[in-house]
Amino acid sequence: MLTAEDKKMVQQVWEKVSGHQEDVGAETLERMFAAYPQTKTYFPHFDLHHGSDQIRGHGKKVVAALGNAVKNLDNLSQALSELSNLHAYNLRVDPPCFSSQLLSQCLQVVLAVHLGKDYNPETHSAVDKFMSAVAAVLAEKYR
Amino acid sequence: MVHWSAEEKQLISSVWGKVNVEECGAEALARLLIVYPWTQRFFSNFGNLSSPTAIIGNPKVRAHGKKVLTSFGEAVKNLDNIKGTYSKLSELHCEKLHVDPENFRLLGDILVIVLASHFGRDFTPACQFAWQKLVGVVAHALARRYH
Repeated sequence: MLTAEDKKMVQQVWEKVSGHQEDVGAETLERMFAAYPQTKTYFPHFDLHHGSDQIRGHGKKVVAALGNAVKNLDNLSQALSELSNLHAYNLRVDPPCFSSQLLSQCLQVVLAVHLGKDYNPETHSAVDKFMSAVAAVLAEKYR
Repeated sequence: MVHWSAEEKQLISSVWGKVNVEECGAEALARLLIVYPWTQRFFSNFGNLSSPTAIIGNPKVRAHGKKVLTSFGEAVKNLDNIKGTYSKLSELHCEKLHVDPENFRLLGDILVIVLASHFGRDFTPACQFAWQKLVGVVAHALARRYH
């Protein structure tokens, strides 16, 4: 469970990248498509080349949604409720995709690349827990 | 046998060439114990693991982290025979250490994050791909002899 300390650290990390949210989103998705090609199967309609407008646009959406989650850490279920429906009923992304942390891993690599030593073990732990919690909420309605 | 492209081999060895095995090993193991605290179950004789600070400063953690990453270097040197390289270690982790292979995947992901934090932008998406592939192959090899 996210402790008060964890929540503070997640909020702090988010503030640190608040100026580059679009870049973070685009880079996370690019890394996910590069490192885990199976994730591309959910975007056959996208131009997945480096720098594509669609990747930037979608990365921005994803980061905005995560940012909303960061602002509502005490009530993730409600904050992500619409997205949870979307992923369960429309998108139907394979739930283990969430639990095997593919997006989380890539987001954390991007944070580590940008923050270097500032992405310290405690922060790493808090963000990992946060992304786990987000994944759990998104998978809630699957069945 | 796993196929490695020339580019993947180059990306792996160029990153490895710059890695401080002692530092990165210690950091990766410490992060494993901090981010996934249940992994501490394998290290009950390591002394004080009561807080992130204690774990990071723990000399046994540092020493073991170095040992683990040094062993990882064997995979880098033997990309074409990782299965053979880890055959004995796989048996050891199953028969003596009783480690759930899921933990190898966790450590692998953490190692990738540690590399990203050290190398910054130089740890490109192509680099990440090669290294995620490598840690996956190592994890698989270590699980292979389980029975």
